Amino acid sequence: MSDPDPMILSAAGAAPGAAPLTAPLAARLAPVGKALPWLALGLAVAAPWLLSAYDLNLLARFMAMAILALGIVLIWGHGGILSLGHGVFFGLGGYALAIHMKLADLPQGEIPDFMQWSGRTALPWWWEPFSSPMFTLLAVLVLPALVAGLFCWAVFHRRVGGTYFALISQALALAFATLLVSQQDVTGGFNGLTQFSSLFGFGLTRPSVVQGLYWVTLAIVVAAYLGLRLLLASRFGMLLRAARDGENRLRFLGYSPTPVKVAAFALSALLAGMAGALFTLHAGVISPALVGVIPSIEMIVWVAIGGRYSFAGAILGTLLINIARDSISSAFPELWLYVMGALFILVVTLMPDGLAGAARNLIERARAR
Amino acid sequence: MKDESTRDLLLAVDGVTVDYGGFKALDGFSMTLQRGETRVVIGPNGAGKSTLCDTIIGRVRPTEGAILFRGEDISALPEQLIVARGICRKFQAPGILPSLTVADNIGLAARRDRRWWRSLGFGIPAGEQAIVNDILEQVGLTARRATQAGLLAHGEKQWLEIGMVIATGAELILLDEPTAGMGPAETRRTAELIHSLGDSRTVLVIDHDMSFVEQLGATVTVMHQGRFLAQGDVQAIRNNAEVASVYLGHTA
Repeated sequence: MSDPDPMILSAAGAAPGAAPLTAPLAARLAPVGKALPWLALGLAVAAPWLLSAYDLNLLARFMAMAILALGIVLIWGHGGILSLGHGVFFGLGGYALAIHMKLADLPQGEIPDFMQWSGRTALPWWWEPFSSPMFTLLAVLVLPALVAGLFCWAVFHRRVGGTYFALISQALALAFATLLVSQQDVTGGFNGLTQFSSLFGFGLTRPSVVQGLYWVTLAIVVAAYLGLRLLLASRFGMLLRAARDGENRLRFLGYSPTPVKVAAFALSALLAGMAGALFTLHAGVISPALVGVIPSIEMIVWVAIGGRYSFAGAILGTLLINIARDSISSAFPELWLYVMGALFILVVTLMPDGLAGAARNLIERARAR
Repeated sequence: MKDESTRDLLLAVDGVTVDYGGFKALDGFSMTLQRGETRVVIGPNGAGKSTLCDTIIGRVRPTEGAILFRGEDISALPEQLIVARGICRKFQAPGILPSLTVADNIGLAARRDRRWWRSLGFGIPAGEQAIVNDILEQVGLTARRATQAGLLAHGEKQWLEIGMVIATGAELILLDEPTAGMGPAETRRTAELIHSLGDSRTVLVIDHDMSFVEQLGATVTVMHQGRFLAQGDVQAIRNNAEVASVYLGHTA
């Protein structure tokens, strides 16, 4: 049982609302269970022809968020590191790409409108390099991982862990959002950065570009999923779980647990940065309200509900919660936070391993009968 | 230091004091271990036995004194470097990695290259696989190799951890109450296991169980209130009036 995922993979789709299985039924359903992930992937690939432009855009945003959720499964489920600050890394990736797109839209020598309104006459120096697409892509990938790695190392090498790490990461999210709001003349303040027309020369309103970006997002979700499964099956995955279960035992076997945890955390931040950049692309906006304390906690809730040990569960949880959020909050804007809070409490008390864990139990019980 | 008489000296605990804000868990304690020796340390609760282990492996730092391993002071080294020098310890409560398989637990301990980036590969390298198989055989867990370690019975967990400690290849092995929670048959097997290590390893055992200590047939060091009290073979210690009074509570 070094890796529970294969079973969860086949179970994830069948879990919500599945009827109680009887033994012969379970046997008959087994091939269906195996086919489900392929069916889900097929549907996801075909989504541009099945959904309206509006719904496709929503799905693309949620898919982007699922990339971040995969990284949280890595560090929280398998590394035992609870981060309440992943909004920061999401935001770093999002803002990096947003700055590039803002610059790309500007006529020669102009500065963005919000800077003019704040009385600035020139670009801040650190905006300049983002006019290069290569630099921007590198920044999207490297900046969040670098910040996360340094942050994580600074905390863990002092042997601070557990709840304290969660609290410090939350403080980081608060500080980041506050900084963004306070530096209005260079960050767009509370409104963030918005109104982008093109990416690397492709018009963002063209249907073919919209579809292509959706597929790119989907491909990254699949690649991240497969890559993380592979990583967990490696000796690195073994070390990470060992650091989660017995950090001291590992230390007294001659390993230093800190670099293992830092590497996993930086990788999860890299995924969060990609997620932020793709989200910004699909949503057309990045702002402090998307990267602060509350969104950081919501990210944890998606994964808790989907199942924190399961990559497939995290994708499913992210999609389900965000779809529910979208439909509920458009009808009753105040209701959503209550619904999410109630869902979180229910899941944590009744299904500590989330939907994926519940599905696995259901299948194991059906098999045992 | 390295003249003829100290050539076989492996470990020297040299006047070590560990002061917890006024309470001295170790109080100027000294002892030496020769290469290949098996030594048992006994003493009433609070005598400082576990603190002695903690200090040797670097979990606790001495307030005074030094720990010399192969003639070099290791008392300021980080834990993983102390392990790299060749000291490994079995903890009192089984310190296994519950979500890994039995074989992976030993495989992790048997790794010689413990730098994290060398973990980006799959499986246990062939050379270490042989060590893993040997150790599994030695601790009697070959049939359980694919079992998740957390699902083992208590005694099996103790053996697994002893196996892990051996697998690190450490020359000095510290066993902190290896028979805690074991029945007589399991205790006997544990003593045989320690015997089977022969002269290749130096073993420091902490235990309360006098029948186990007898089975080991090793020199016994008695500690009391962080200090050295007596040393000798089992029979001599049994007949030592001072030791008896300490165990019965008539401390002077």
